[in-house]
Amino acid sequence: MALLDRIPHSEIADRHRPWPRASVTDEGWGCAIDLLAGGELTLLGLWGDAPDVHMALLDERANDAAVVSYRSKDGKYPSVGARHAPAIRLERAMRDLFGLEATGSPDARPWLDLGFWDVRHPLGKQRPAQKPAPYAFLPAEGEGLHQIPVGPVHAGIIEPGHFRFTANGEHVVRLEQRLGYVHKGIESLMAGAALDAAAKLAGRTSGDSTVAYAYAFAQAAEAALQMTPPPRAAYLRAVMAELERLANHFGDIGAICNDASFALMHAQCGILRERTLRAAQACFGHRLMMDVIVPGGVARDIAPEGVAVLRALLAEVRKTFPRLVELYDNTASLQDRTVSTGIVRADYARRFGAGGYVGRGSGRSFDARRNLGYAPYADLKFEVPVLGTGDVNARVWIRIREVEQSLELVEQILDRMPGGNVRAAAAPKGRIGEGVGIAEAFRGDVMVWLRLDGKGRVARCHLRDASWFQWPLLENAIEGNIVADFPLCNKSFNCSYSGHDL
Amino acid sequence: MRRTLIESLTRGPLTEPAPAPDEASLAEIAKSLDRAARARLGRSLSIREVDAGSCNGCELEIHALGNAFYDLERFGLHFVASPRHADVLMVTGPVTKNMREALLRTYNATPDPKWVIAVGDCAGNGGVFAGSYAVAGGVSDAIPVDLHIPGCPPSPTALLKGLIALLEGTNRNARKA
Repeated sequence: MALLDRIPHSEIADRHRPWPRASVTDEGWGCAIDLLAGGELTLLGLWGDAPDVHMALLDERANDAAVVSYRSKDGKYPSVGARHAPAIRLERAMRDLFGLEATGSPDARPWLDLGFWDVRHPLGKQRPAQKPAPYAFLPAEGEGLHQIPVGPVHAGIIEPGHFRFTANGEHVVRLEQRLGYVHKGIESLMAGAALDAAAKLAGRTSGDSTVAYAYAFAQAAEAALQMTPPPRAAYLRAVMAELERLANHFGDIGAICNDASFALMHAQCGILRERTLRAAQACFGHRLMMDVIVPGGVARDIAPEGVAVLRALLAEVRKTFPRLVELYDNTASLQDRTVSTGIVRADYARRFGAGGYVGRGSGRSFDARRNLGYAPYADLKFEVPVLGTGDVNARVWIRIREVEQSLELVEQILDRMPGGNVRAAAAPKGRIGEGVGIAEAFRGDVMVWLRLDGKGRVARCHLRDASWFQWPLLENAIEGNIVADFPLCNKSFNCSYSGHDL
Repeated sequence: MRRTLIESLTRGPLTEPAPAPDEASLAEIAKSLDRAARARLGRSLSIREVDAGSCNGCELEIHALGNAFYDLERFGLHFVASPRHADVLMVTGPVTKNMREALLRTYNATPDPKWVIAVGDCAGNGGVFAGSYAVAGGVSDAIPVDLHIPGCPPSPTALLKGLIALLEGTNRNARKA
């Protein structure tokens, strides 16, 4: 049974691809909330498109997805967050950006609007800004509790955000995050942007996932324009996506160990990361491979010596990485920090639809490359590692296993790379269409939804980072741990601030 | 662990110049940076990094300065945890309105004499994010900037070049005074 057959709906948008988008009334919206709250469906996204509210849903058993749209009444729609917690922050963000109000929402506080903008509801009916009320952090009561405010400017070279700890001695009783500091208004800049300018913006939503964002954006644009990139472009995209995954996983494995004061792993993994970035530079002319994936294909082919460079990289990593894995596995002082620290409960990972190593470290077997099988992954053989302990150690091991899988993937791709063009002929511009794309970034699935006007420009684009469904789990995972283990837990999540704040 | 350590000792450092042309220019930069840093600062320049709204791409490359290939610390340049310990602020990103106040406070907490390096295209003029309701502009729209290192993101080599330019610039000014 298709996903939409379970939700009463009226018309189905005729230009929405590749999944259907259906208009729903209170009945259908309520039914979708029931299915989310009952664990039948997973929330993929919830965003404003005033006066409509769109919600992307995933049926994990059938690998089927759909979007339902509710037309708000006087700027109001029934709250999803009231019954399904993963929607709460998305609803708060939608209120700040659009002025769309979730009736019955359990949290009336702002989320991205920290009171510094000149306007309220910048993407909806704009109002002059008001002096904001002081932000009320959630209470934690009890004897001997104290608060530790951290950020937005942190001690390391990391992104800004505020963490409010309530602790009893060393033990964390409650952590509350306050994000939004790097909100750049990307979705407002998207509106009216030409397709190539919009692709650049998408590639700068979260720099560490620039390939994944460009990948998902290109998928969405191609779906809306009903075009297919040439097969060689699909394979080149996957090479870049796997190189990005390798570079980030090397960096993360090293940085997690560094936060447990084990600098040797950090130094050795840093070498592997740098070698990967240099290979990317040699192959695609940019260390992070920004702006190489474009709607219609890729902007440039791999350099003539690229295949040899990548094979040398594979050989080097296969030689040194197993020794580092052994080192991680056999160092008791390191394991002492990572095992049983920062546990994410399996039922929470499932309910929040947590992607990447956060979900897969807690038993949620979902990987967009396999479950949605976008090109060229349906043709490639790979495994999706899953572990059940949900601790920092599990998130390290998922990364280790994924490094091994990515090496296999790069090899398969190089062996089977088809020839031919790398970019499809330009699509006709006069087409109005909607498209959705999803790509598996190193930290989880990234979703891009867009609507093109008839002139080759973006009318509305929404980008949803995997972090939206991981940040809230970090608040829970740290509970009962000691304050000193927070950097370790935080690094094992490595959520994006920029990808979340937009 | 023993094998990794012993091999690291016998293999020689990765920081040795390699035959590739970009490696050679890196070695040249490294030499020149070393000289300038010693002359001006006696091997003690502390850098505080501030992300004022970046996409985190610049952070990745600033991080890379610490790896075995670039090894920034051999020049006595190191990143510190507090602006109160810093001589240089390295600021990335367009300055978002939500971060402007935090950036100002960080700047005010940094003791004189201090220098500000704006890192990346966004830090120059807001880059692709210029014009948004949520963006205040480049770094110089919030605090005085001594040097801008362009790039999206600038490579670690470009960052090293920028640090030399800053050190040599401050050297000349000091002599004039």
